[in-house]
Amino acid sequence: MAARGRILGWLNVTPLMLVLVPFFVAPILVVLAASFFQSDGYGGLIASPTLQNYTDIFTSGLTANLYAETIKFTILTWFFSLIIGFWVAYFLVFHVRSPLLAIGLFLLCTVPFWTSNIIRMISWIPLLGKEGLINAALLHVGVIHEPLEFLLFSGFAVVVAYVHQLTIFMIVPIFNAMARIDKRVVEAALDAGASRLDIMRMVILPLSKNGIALGSIFVVSIVMGDFFVIKVMSGGGSASVVGALYEDVGVLQYPSAAASAVVLTIVVTMLVALILRTVDVRKELTR
Amino acid sequence: MTAARAVNVPAVSKAVAAHAIAPRASGRPWTFYVLLAVFVFYVAALYGPMICIYILSFQDVRGGLVFPMKGLSLHWFVDLFTQVRTGDVKGAFDRSVKLAVIVTIMTVVFSFLAGLAFRRRFAGDGVVFYLMIGSLVAPGLVLSLGVGLLMHFIGIEGTWYTSAVGAQLSWTLPFGVLVMFAVMSRFDRAWEEAAYDLGATRWQTIRLVVIPILAPGLVAVALFGFTLSYDEFARTLQTAGSLNTLPLEIWTMTLNVTSPSLYALGTVTTIISFMIIAICLGTIATMQKRRASRVPAH
Repeated sequence: MAARGRILGWLNVTPLMLVLVPFFVAPILVVLAASFFQSDGYGGLIASPTLQNYTDIFTSGLTANLYAETIKFTILTWFFSLIIGFWVAYFLVFHVRSPLLAIGLFLLCTVPFWTSNIIRMISWIPLLGKEGLINAALLHVGVIHEPLEFLLFSGFAVVVAYVHQLTIFMIVPIFNAMARIDKRVVEAALDAGASRLDIMRMVILPLSKNGIALGSIFVVSIVMGDFFVIKVMSGGGSASVVGALYEDVGVLQYPSAAASAVVLTIVVTMLVALILRTVDVRKELTR
Repeated sequence: MTAARAVNVPAVSKAVAAHAIAPRASGRPWTFYVLLAVFVFYVAALYGPMICIYILSFQDVRGGLVFPMKGLSLHWFVDLFTQVRTGDVKGAFDRSVKLAVIVTIMTVVFSFLAGLAFRRRFAGDGVVFYLMIGSLVAPGLVLSLGVGLLMHFIGIEGTWYTSAVGAQLSWTLPFGVLVMFAVMSRFDRAWEEAAYDLGATRWQTIRLVVIPILAPGLVAVALFGFTLSYDEFARTLQTAGSLNTLPLEIWTMTLNVTSPSLYALGTVTTIISFMIIAICLGTIATMQKRRASRVPAH
């Protein structure tokens, strides 16, 4: 029976593996291999092993700047999406009394997730631009006399676009974790004389920890792996790790692109592993 | 039996919830109003900008990228589908929808099977699970580059209906399987056991018991599959071959086109997305309602 279950289990995941092996495992291995090759300058690869691509990365001052910039945006996005996502989820689970209304409002938050990210990003242009709605409104009210320049094509715009796109990745897992909290636990805490701050600190936060970790994995890995938001919303003012990688691909420098891809993958994996230490994701997801 | 339970649970938890949150009789705490403001602000910021570009896409020929609105016409929609300047939008659109349909079907079938497998432990299940998580968090462009190089080494040309399908599946499948986990966690093994006890074969059990019960969840997986594929960008970039999909076309346009036809494209593609979302959510709601109304008859 056990043997039969094992075979059946593997039969059922075969299609999944037939996708993951050629389209996840193999590409990673190919990139790893290519990172040790030399470029012939015309998009071809010369298969003579070299560490040149890696020494280039680690001796270039640019690399540190790229990572500093990317990690800065990652931390800012993570922070704001966590704050907003946590309170939105908390509001939906603990303050909306009708479960049906809570689910309706939850769906309202998730709908934009299923629409185009690029379109959602460019939709900030009419608002944040120099002649955009926000500047026009502020000028009209008289708060400012010159249009604010930092709103669009700036680091500010990049963070706004990321938080706009990614807060949903915080809301969904935190909402799920909070919805599983037995309301009687909260009640028991109240009966035992806990203040509302105590309840937040000692009941809600520990019990939504897993949701927070899961959302953080999504946000961190997406921002670290993204380049088009930074490219468009910063107006070329900020660079990113993947942006530089894309430039390399554009000029057919595959080996150096592959080397920076390997370094990036290791950094992202380490960040995710760090978050995973705080939570058993598998238990959280399959429960 | 099942629906009776489904109906009972919310009723009980609702009573408990009301009691727990408002133990001191009536009145909302001040934090309610603060958080309500946060929520309203969030939803406004979520939808506000999108609504702006839908409005701006209906300007006439004098229209620009910002308010105020100049005239009212469908000029930019016509422009979008006729002008050569904006590229092959029609073809890209066509390819993206077909690609999304292929990816959706494969995502639903593969996720369903994987969901069945993960209900019990099997040797090596951890490896499969972490490969899936890895595929989910790996930077899209890195995988895209890898697939591109792999095709290059093997010596085959990538196309949107071959390599791009695989590249997109490496992104939609993990999502699909995660949704299946959530769906499966509410599936009671006893129903399946009962079917076996009544003499159903394995296939009959899946077809007549498991799939009908999980149907709303499978529609949800389809929703994820379609929309994630339809909007996928980074993984398709190096794998779609010479012909663009819609997100790639939009990407090119954001860099070159500075007219409201960009917004018009945004409006058109969002209408498609909303239609898909409405169909899927509507189907799920209808299934649930039919299920709830069917039970008292038994």
